[in-house]
Amino acid sequence: MPEESSASTESTEASEPIETSVVINLVQQEYPAAMLTTHRHRGDETIALKREFIQPVCRLLRDHPDCRFEMFVDLTAVDYLLIETDLQQTERFEVVYHLRSLSKDHRIRLKCPVPEDDCQIPSIHMLWHAVNWYERECYDMYGIHFEGHPNLTRILMYEQFQGHPLRKDYPVDKQQPLLELNDVEERYHYGRFE
Amino acid sequence: MNASELTTISAEELKPVHLPGAIIPAPPEDSDTSIMRIEIGPAHPAMHGIVRLTTYLDGEQIVGMVPEIGYLHRGFEKESENSKWIQVIPYTDRLNYVSPVLNNIGYSMAVEKLFGVEIPRRAQFARVIMGEISRITDHLTCLAACAMEVGGFTFFLWFIKAREYLYELLEQVTGGRVTINWTRFGGNSTDFPDGFLKEVEVRLEKVREVIEEGDQLVTRNKIFIDRMKNIGVLSKEKAISYGFTGPLLRACGVPYDIRRADPHLVYDELDFEIPIGEVGDSYDRFLVRMEEMRQSISIIEQAIDKIPYGPVMTRERYLGYPDKKEVYGSIEGLIDHFKMVMEGHHPPAGEVYQPIEGGNGELGFYLVSDGSGDPVKCRVRPPCFNYVQAMPELALGHYVADIIAIFGSINMIGGELDR
Repeated sequence: MPEESSASTESTEASEPIETSVVINLVQQEYPAAMLTTHRHRGDETIALKREFIQPVCRLLRDHPDCRFEMFVDLTAVDYLLIETDLQQTERFEVVYHLRSLSKDHRIRLKCPVPEDDCQIPSIHMLWHAVNWYERECYDMYGIHFEGHPNLTRILMYEQFQGHPLRKDYPVDKQQPLLELNDVEERYHYGRFE
Repeated sequence: MNASELTTISAEELKPVHLPGAIIPAPPEDSDTSIMRIEIGPAHPAMHGIVRLTTYLDGEQIVGMVPEIGYLHRGFEKESENSKWIQVIPYTDRLNYVSPVLNNIGYSMAVEKLFGVEIPRRAQFARVIMGEISRITDHLTCLAACAMEVGGFTFFLWFIKAREYLYELLEQVTGGRVTINWTRFGGNSTDFPDGFLKEVEVRLEKVREVIEEGDQLVTRNKIFIDRMKNIGVLSKEKAISYGFTGPLLRACGVPYDIRRADPHLVYDELDFEIPIGEVGDSYDRFLVRMEEMRQSISIIEQAIDKIPYGPVMTRERYLGYPDKKEVYGSIEGLIDHFKMVMEGHHPPAGEVYQPIEGGNGELGFYLVSDGSGDPVKCRVRPPCFNYVQAMPELALGHYVADIIAIFGSINMIGGELDR
């Protein structure tokens, strides 16, 4: 959608609430170096950020009286390997955050490109309680490391699983090696906790 | 909502003391007991589906808990990325399998948002009616299971009986009770059969009777209240920070309902109230769900009064199959049908996030399309992921038996949690 995505913050649809562009203006003002692009597609406000700024920007969005994003809605990643598109992505992965403000009644989507050879991004687990498991899931599925996460382990897959299943180069019919029963027993000993 | 009511949570409260997955407590120094570790689940009758709670006990008191999920992971997103857009709809039935219509609606609305189309008004009303029926079945199942686990077996049987009335309604329209595969992009696959709306009114009356009977049976029951009251309390601010939505957040006293906050379909034309709780305990969650069912019945009755005549599927050729008359009668219709079957839908490149009020909270679909006809990304944001994450916080300091009351009231659905 080239006509709907642009580097400027002007709104393309007249029916949109005005508050949402306040968010973009604020981030632009406070962290001009962080902004890559912004766009509004089908009414969803999106900011693409440099990944090293994700923590201060999220803190700003949570605490600033004009934004007040109290609720962390969703975190996921998109793998653009082999995808030919005009979505303007520059790196292989993109970590996507969705935030919601209850008191100001608006939503925002943040996106951070993450390169394949340096697959990590600062964790924001200290900002919302909900983030912890979402980051673990994203690590599990895409192998993106969240720097500073207290417990970055697999969550949906088991510990011995090899690879990261939602990467585009993970074949959909791939088989995993069988586990030795001993490994399992060793980890999950039952009884009194010393 | 009053803006000043909501304070942003302070940094101290967010210190990773109770971070789920990170707490493994040390035994208390001044006692000669040691911490005992008990595994609840994964195959435990009260664990609704499959989830494991590794619980650390001091005596009978819970001092730590590590939930482990993933036992029902079926690779929803991976399968979706390797399917055509339309082929994902049957997968969504299997997410929250007690309210499959709402999953269907959420996914279809997300793809329609990607296309930027509006569906016919009759289809919107039909989705509201079917969605609210589905919400009632969701709440009936949750409350029935919750009450059964704390000892109210009669209540369970009555509510499951009421659920069956509604499942039979879904069956009349879609042909299936649980795996219904009903919506399509641009409308619904079938219109209501003759006399359906009359039947809905009759059955809703029966369901309402069951709800009132159940209300009399347990809501003021001392045993039930003792089991549920002040169990699993979470403050308003923490609930928001944990990403609670739906009945659980409303039980904490926040009147946040996506049907009101991000109006979709025709909810803004219908009149309903958002029940909220006071304390945020298991009992409040029970009461909120009970009241929501009554509100849903009222929504359905209003929608039945207002539903217009008309098509239930949009006329856009790139969205729906052409009529069979056209397929067999004209070359254009035949070509359209062929191309639709062989190539599927081609949403324009872009990304959307579409939230709807699922039976359990905010059900969100985040879709990315590159315009080629295959989904690049098909993400579902499950509401109960956040609830299970908050389980250690909810259960801390309570006794083992209270886990059942808490876990029943958060309504974890395995298919949705693990996808």
